[in-house]
Amino acid sequence: MTKIQLTVDGDTVSDDVEPRMLLVQYLREKLGKTGTVIGCDTSNCGACTVHLDGKSVKSCNVLAVQADGREVTTIEGLATNGELHPVQAAFHECHALQCGFCTPGMIMQSVDLLNDNPNPSEEEIRLGLEGNLCRCTGYHNIVKAVQTAAGGAS
Amino acid sequence: MTATEERAATAEIGRDRRRKEDQRLITGRTRWTDNITLPGMLHLAMVRSPFAHATIRSIDTSAARTSANVVTVLTGADIADDQGVIINAWPITKDQVSPTHLPMPSDRATFAGEIVAVVVARSAAEARDAAELVDVDYEELPAAVDLKESAADTVLAHPDLGTNKSALWTFDSGEAGTGGDVEETIDKARSDGIVIEREYRQQRLIPAFMEPRSTVVDPTGEQITMWSATQIPHVLRFALAATTGVPESKIRVVAPDVGGGFGGKLQTTPEEFITFAVARRLGKPVKYTETRSESLVACHHGRDQWQKLTLAAEKDGTVTGLKVELLADLGSYNALLGGGTPVLGAFMFNAIYKFQAYHFSVQTVLTNKTWTDAYRGAGRPEATFAIERIMDELAAELGVDPLEIRERNWIKHDEFPYTTVCGLEYDSGNYEAATERAKEMIGYDELRAEQKQRRESGDRVQLGIGVSTFTEMCGLAPSRVLGSLDYGAGGWEHASVRMLATGKVELVTGVSPHGQGHETAFSQIVADRLGVPFEDVEVLHGDTQVAHKGMDTYGSRSLVIGGEAVVKAADRVIEKARPIAAHLLEASVDDLDFAGGRFSVRGTDQGLTIQEVALATFAAHNYPEGIEPYIDAEATYDPINFNFPHGTHLCAMEVDTETGAVRMRKYVCCDDIGNIINPLIVAGQVHGGVTQGIAQALFEEAVYDDAGTLVSGSLVDYLVPTAADLISFDIDHTTSPSLTNTLGTKGVGEAGTIASTPAVVNAIVDAVRHLGVNDIQMPCTPERVWKAVQGVGAGGDDPTAGAAMPHFDEQEGGAQ
Ligand code: FES
Ligand code: FES
Repeated sequence: MTKIQLTVDGDTVSDDVEPRMLLVQYLREKLGKTGTVIGCDTSNCGACTVHLDGKSVKSCNVLAVQADGREVTTIEGLATNGELHPVQAAFHECHALQCGFCTPGMIMQSVDLLNDNPNPSEEEIRLGLEGNLCRCTGYHNIVKAVQTAAGGAS
Repeated sequence: MTATEERAATAEIGRDRRRKEDQRLITGRTRWTDNITLPGMLHLAMVRSPFAHATIRSIDTSAARTSANVVTVLTGADIADDQGVIINAWPITKDQVSPTHLPMPSDRATFAGEIVAVVVARSAAEARDAAELVDVDYEELPAAVDLKESAADTVLAHPDLGTNKSALWTFDSGEAGTGGDVEETIDKARSDGIVIEREYRQQRLIPAFMEPRSTVVDPTGEQITMWSATQIPHVLRFALAATTGVPESKIRVVAPDVGGGFGGKLQTTPEEFITFAVARRLGKPVKYTETRSESLVACHHGRDQWQKLTLAAEKDGTVTGLKVELLADLGSYNALLGGGTPVLGAFMFNAIYKFQAYHFSVQTVLTNKTWTDAYRGAGRPEATFAIERIMDELAAELGVDPLEIRERNWIKHDEFPYTTVCGLEYDSGNYEAATERAKEMIGYDELRAEQKQRRESGDRVQLGIGVSTFTEMCGLAPSRVLGSLDYGAGGWEHASVRMLATGKVELVTGVSPHGQGHETAFSQIVADRLGVPFEDVEVLHGDTQVAHKGMDTYGSRSLVIGGEAVVKAADRVIEKARPIAAHLLEASVDDLDFAGGRFSVRGTDQGLTIQEVALATFAAHNYPEGIEPYIDAEATYDPINFNFPHGTHLCAMEVDTETGAVRMRKYVCCDDIGNIINPLIVAGQVHGGVTQGIAQALFEEAVYDDAGTLVSGSLVDYLVPTAADLISFDIDHTTSPSLTNTLGTKGVGEAGTIASTPAVVNAIVDAVRHLGVNDIQMPCTPERVWKAVQGVGAGGDDPTAGAAMPHFDEQEGGAQ
């Protein structure tokens, strides 16, 4: 067991964790942050995407101990004071989700993408979301949502 | 403005309402089954056979049992008496050969991935660790892997059955009296017409919903509660009760948030039954969540057919007869629908064309592979692919445009209702209008001109335009039709409307959405029908204790059948409220009008809203003698017919003749799905559906090696397309309202998937047909395309190997 302390969605948390525990397991099982989900066991789907110190990571690909001393933002911490993040709002507006399982990861990845590139082309959006799978939407409206959020932000 | 006008101005049906269900999903306030944690909950890990076919000689669980925090380890023998049986609800013939399907067999594993033991531990990680320690002594048996070889009984998947042939199901228009004798039309065409014979491969696909399946069972109440990532909570409850001996009334099944299904969660699974058995045995809540690798190997697969077609036509291209002979791979068991899935395609090979004679047969075959069952479209994509491919071959034979040959043969808009050679009555449609619109959207004539120019100049990059003028039957299904096909259940749907005292409305539906947006669309229907605000309607579903009656969600049935039940229940509420309103208004029932949510006394300004009547009924201080103070209502709707969405999908593909790389340039579709409740949701269904069909054409295949091991057993190898693999689509609609339901709607959930696959493959073949190519097997990998262009064939029995399509943007040289 290793003791870790980190900030998750603005709160300081501290726990003893097994060295092999993944960040996504820590978030879900220890903290009850079940908004972040697990879609695969090969780091392909991106459903587990969160921000670590402001950059997107696949939380199934990071050990909980690696997050020690750092700052994690999950889908549950994205809205501020009850107001949706512009990317969340754009996903709703553009019908960019159906079952919603990929959505937390997709939104976190899109936020990161727009942080890096506030005015992406369609191609840049598609490439930027390449690590996140969605089986429902065909990505059409997800691309539109990212474009909408970009337009709104600029 | 009067209330009526105000309401009319904000009619809900047809409006692009943003979805009610989004708020939770975009903020992570979700209830996926795997999110559920209960006090004292234990976790399961499954031990799965690594062999496609093996006798289980013994299982040594001692090391696993003593592993940290392991509670118990159970084998098939341990739960033999209470594990139940996995049911096949659709024995397609009386003499169907079908192995008994135990959730956890104790004698023999019949596919790689079958569960042979289960470990129960205090955490999922500890259960998985201990599962590694279970020592199973297998004696490997020869495995029936290849479909055609298995059909020849070379190796038996189940030696005790004596054959792999499960059932031969046929339909013949001559025998059924719905058309002529197909052999006569073929003989005639051989002498003075055209006969086209082709064999197509429908590769095996994996539904690959994004949420891995998960089941939690809590046995600690009077009812045993099961939460499961399922499309079919009602069917699941029935199957558990019917085969485990637990009374149905003691079982509650809940489908909480479900992360996609596409048919893949239209199943009652060994995992669910084992979790149920373990929970009952231990008296503790238990959870099982599969890994993605387990999901790919154990969740049922789809498609997997060989299709032999013989098409007869007159010299001018008028089609006369069609003969279809299918081989369908069941995997090692007859799944819930099992052989019924190809049968669902039986009535669709004739598609929108006026054939005189038709013969269909499907031989279902048992193999030592993962079971197969419904996957988005279920039988109809296979049918549509085959007919739309062979219509292109007919056009090529005659040297005419593929749209011209279709137009010559399709049912004209003034010929509806039209009874097909299968005896189905197509109620409405307009193939001319949808095709005209699609041509306009893609710029058909310009593309043909560019194609001609590229051919003439011998361009390295050739252009192809693919056509798919599809129809499908959806809305499963009239119960009597299902009965006549020996399906084990009905096809009705149930709804109830509860008028709460505060004027809010609860709609309970028997369908079980998992991404389709029913909360929104059904709220729109109720809001319009009852004239209440959209926001005041709450849609409840997916819990057998709340929605006690239902047939769940699949087969594009929810709106066309479930929605009709909603309409009927809402209309009954109005009828029940009417005498109470009349009484309160001191008017005669006959003098009341109901519009925009308000009962008004004709010729006066007196009136009451239905929400006010609900409150008055709750108080029950003042209501007419002889009736109950109760205006809630329910309805069960059994459809009178299927409905038949159709559309024209056109796809432009560029093919690099030197590398075999393909690039999608444009994809347009004009679908006729009747009246639309919510265009935003419809667009989403079309985008997602089209994508899954494109994925079959270009990317996906479940590949097995000779030993029967699934080679594409992870998302690294099974290529679900990413955003970078796809383009944006152009979609539009024509509207021929369905005549078989009040709202005039047709199904849309599967349409895109059914239509798009042949459009894409037709486009690729069209691009290189002048180079002597007339088929490329799916998925159309660069290697296959390249081989086809080189004339070394890619249409035959060519296993998928090597890299599938790279991303369009990565293509070297670029088919730009
Ligand atoms: S769970 Fe699939 S990438 Fe993390
Ligand atoms: S919305 Fe279902 S997987 Fe993306």
